[in-house]
Order: sequence, then C-alpha cells, then structure tokens
Amino acid sequence: MAAPPVLRVVEHQAYVFKSFWRGTLFAYVLNPLLYLGALGFGLGALITQNQGEVDGLPYVEFVAPGLMAAAAMMAAAGDSLWPIMAGTKWLRVFHAMVATPIAPRDVYTGTVIWTSLRAGMGAIVFLAVAAALGAIPSIWGVVAIPSAALTAAAFAAVLSAYAATQETDLRFTVIMRLGIMPLFLLSGTFFPISQLPDGLQALAWLSPLWHGVELCRASTTGTLALVDIVHVAVLAGVVLCGWLWGTRTFAAKLAP
Amino acid sequence: MQRDAMIDATGLTKQFADFTAVDHISVRVERGESFGFLGPNGAGKTSTMRMIGCISERDNGHLTVLGMEPANQGAAIRARLGVIPQEDTLDLELTVADNIVIYGRYFGLDRAQIKQRADELLEFVQLADRRDDRVDVLSGGMRRRLMIARALVNQPELILLDEPTTGLDPQARHLVWERLYRLKRDGATLVLTTHYMDEAEQLCDRLVIMDEGRIVAEGSPRSLIDQHSTRDVVELRFADEHAQQLAVSLLETVGQRREVLADRVLIYSNDGDADVERLSAVGIHPESLLVRRSTLEDVFLKLTGRSLDE
Repeated sequence: MAAPPVLRVVEHQAYVFKSFWRGTLFAYVLNPLLYLGALGFGLGALITQNQGEVDGLPYVEFVAPGLMAAAAMMAAAGDSLWPIMAGTKWLRVFHAMVATPIAPRDVYTGTVIWTSLRAGMGAIVFLAVAAALGAIPSIWGVVAIPSAALTAAAFAAVLSAYAATQETDLRFTVIMRLGIMPLFLLSGTFFPISQLPDGLQALAWLSPLWHGVELCRASTTGTLALVDIVHVAVLAGVVLCGWLWGTRTFAAKLAP
Repeated sequence: MQRDAMIDATGLTKQFADFTAVDHISVRVERGESFGFLGPNGAGKTSTMRMIGCISERDNGHLTVLGMEPANQGAAIRARLGVIPQEDTLDLELTVADNIVIYGRYFGLDRAQIKQRADELLEFVQLADRRDDRVDVLSGGMRRRLMIARALVNQPELILLDEPTTGLDPQARHLVWERLYRLKRDGATLVLTTHYMDEAEQLCDRLVIMDEGRIVAEGSPRSLIDQHSTRDVVELRFADEHAQQLAVSLLETVGQRREVLADRVLIYSNDGDADVERLSAVGIHPESLLVRRSTLEDVFLKLTGRSLDE
C-alpha cells in the first residue's frame, strides 16, 4: 500500500526544501551563535557581575533554552503565513494536490507536520551550537528538540489555519509585529515571567511560547518533572484547536 | 444505467452564498468522447469542472464519475482523473522533470516508474530538452504543456481541461491543440471548458453551450450551427452610427435574420454572395463587408443575445 496522503504532502515539502537547504544551513548555525554570543555571553557577563544567577542558573544557561523555543516559534510563523499564501494563491501548488487523491485536510496536516519537522531540525542545530558553547548543562537537553518541535507545531497549526482565510498577505506583517514579537519578548525567553507586572504574568501563562520555553528549559537544565506534562498538554491542545480550524479553512479555500 | 458513462449528471447544482453558479444541468459523457462546455466567463463552467473533478461538492442533483459517487469515493475517482486547471499550479523552483515526479507521488506511484514515464511524457509535449530546467524560466506555452504532461502521469481514464489555452499566444495555442488532438485520436476521453469558439470547434465531438449556470443548447459543433444559424454570415461595418441606423432600416428584406451590434451589423443568410449583391440594389453601401461561414459564436449570440467574450 502506498504512503498515506499526508505523508505525500510532507514529501512534497521535503522535495522543495532539498533544492534550497544549503542556503538555510548557514542561518541555522549563525542564528544561535549571534544570539547566544550577544545575549548569553555579552549581556550574561553583565548580569553575572551585578546579580549573579537568574532563577538559580548562569544567564547563558537560562537564556539558551528560551532562545531555542523562540527560534522554533519564529521558524513556524515564517513558514506558516507567506508559504501558505503561496500554496493557496500565488503559486497554487495546494490546488494541484487536491486534484489528486490528496484531500484539503491532508494538505493542511502535511504542511503543519513539515513545518514542525523543519523547526525540529533547526532545534537540533541550535542545541548542538549551544552545547558546544557550554550553555547546555544536562544530557536531558535532547528532550528540548521535540519540545521545540511541539512549540512550532502549536504556532504552525494556528497560523496556517488563519493564513488560508486570507486573500492577501497584508495582515501577516501585523501578526508578526503585534503577535509574534511581543510573545518573543515576554514569554520568559529573556527573563523569568515573575519579573512581569502581575496582570501581564497571568497573560504570559496563556502564551504557547511560554509553555514551550518552560519545557525546553526544564530539558536543557535537567529538571524535567511530572508537572511539565501540563506544558505538553497545553501545546497539544493548541495544536488540536488549530487542526479543527485549519481542516475547515483549507477545505473552504481549496474545495469551495 | 447505460454502460461506459464516464460522467453522468442530472440536475447538477452548485450554490454559493448568494448566487447559483451551476443551475440544474444534465450532461452525459461517454468513453472516448471529446466533450466541451462552451460559454463566457462566469457561465459556471469552472464550478462544473470542480464538481466533476471531485474537488468541490455539489449542492443538488445526481452525479457519477467513472461510475462512482463523488461524495464518498472522491479520492478513488481523482486517482483516475487527469486534471488541468485554468491557472498553472506548478512548483516554479523545481525542475520540469521533478514537477512530474512529485505530482506522480501525490498518486502514490513508484518513484522509478514515474521517472521513466516522465521522460515519455516530456517527449510527448515536446519538452524533453527542457527536462532539467527550472520551471520559472519556461514560457507560458511551455508551462501549459508541462501541466498537460503532469496530468497524464497516472494514465488517467478521463482528462479534464479548464480553459486549456486561455492567455496563450496563437502559436502556443496551436501547439497545445495539436497535442490534445493527438490524445483524442488515441482514444482518450477529454472534457474541456472554453470560451473560444474555435477551440470548441477544433476539439469537441459534442458540446453544451452554457450561460448563467444553465445549458442553453447541446449537440455537435456542426449540428448546433445547422440548427441555430444560417450557412453564411455577412458582416457589415459603416462609417458612423448614423449610417448604420439608416442601413438597418433598409435591410429588413435582406437575409434570413439580422443582428445589430454596437460596431457592426450581421446578416444571417443561406447564400451570402447573393445577399451581398442585393445590398446595392436596396441602396446600402457599407464601409467594409465580409462574407463568412456561421460559427458557434453566432449560435451563442442567437441563443443569449450576447457575444462569448463579453
């Protein structure tokens, strides 16, 4: 029996990726080097001088898993807005898929899976670079890879579903600036959310990225506990909600 | 049900929020036939093709494609169709050959098998020398031919073409027609939509004329013309509107029927040359004059009062 339709969509994405992956590898390596260099070591040295540790960790060890989860979110957002518009409107390759045994829901599910896998690949490189720089104290850090991929899946599931409702990409930049950037800054990535004013702290619990950051941080610092299952559940819940929405928006767009 | 119906639709209807795109149409396409939907933009042709292609669901009526029910066997039907939509849906960043390979994979075909078939298909559409070029450097006509090659990768029993040559220059159109004609000659079942009457006349054994979601006539191109138009058409153009108006009042006895358009007058005639001679007898001196055979365009004009490209 041939591969299920969802996997054929993933295969298409991988096929396209194969034609340009070399160009992305450089960015994959450069991104953690720059961020960890500037923040982990540059800013981190200052923090260590003035305050010592953050949440009981040297700053570089605190910020590395935060950046790792945030990078996964950024990758997912970038892959789920404009590329979905390309598939439905600009190049219309998704329309080619639904003329074959592949159904709109397979297109949606396959692209979300692919985006999560790609974010997972980015996380592998990130983890390797961070470990080489001494920012990953625990072998449990490998669990941060699937954690980052799950974080990416949550964003990909919702943003892809949304992108298929749009006729133009006008609002995508707004989403990046007013949605993704604040989450990037305020989800416990750079400092513990206990530093936030009281109202904002409760909001941070609603941020899928915060749950991703917490999972990655518990992994890289080797402090995973049973209670962290809550973060997995929240992220999985976001994926499920996105899926329920996205299977509908893709059907409405591709099979009117 | 009679045997071998590739498409059997009765009362087929597609409704969007506030308008009916396809309004209770009935068509039947037999194996080996080349069948067309002719009509202007907005006639409901693309919506009809999407329902036949098991991409969108019908809102009313009965439909079987390849003897199966689209509502619950859509994927099985699509596995045996070759669909060429109106707008290209190619992966521009991939090569010509890779576009066929990845499309074949959508059908779950074996990779080695597809590669071999891709070479034959590229030969067929005369793109063999471009197999390793990226699609984004190809011309519109080449992309269209690649769309056709790609849609044949699963050896479809029924080929659906939505406006196959819209947007192509005349030379590219003729190349596409020639390839489609060869498919037809080799026994393929083709179903196409078009708003070009010459495309319909060249490619269709039988066609329906659609307007505002309904079928207004059905038959072979020849029989439609015989039934709804005269043998000849005399086209007259005048210097100005006033001259045209004056001529129209004198024309009443010339030809079988007359159509007055914004820029010209058409005289439907069983003997064009004889009627041309009568023009000067009744005192009409047009600026230019053309005698031609009736076409499907004339049939459409007669049935709807509008021209196809309006």
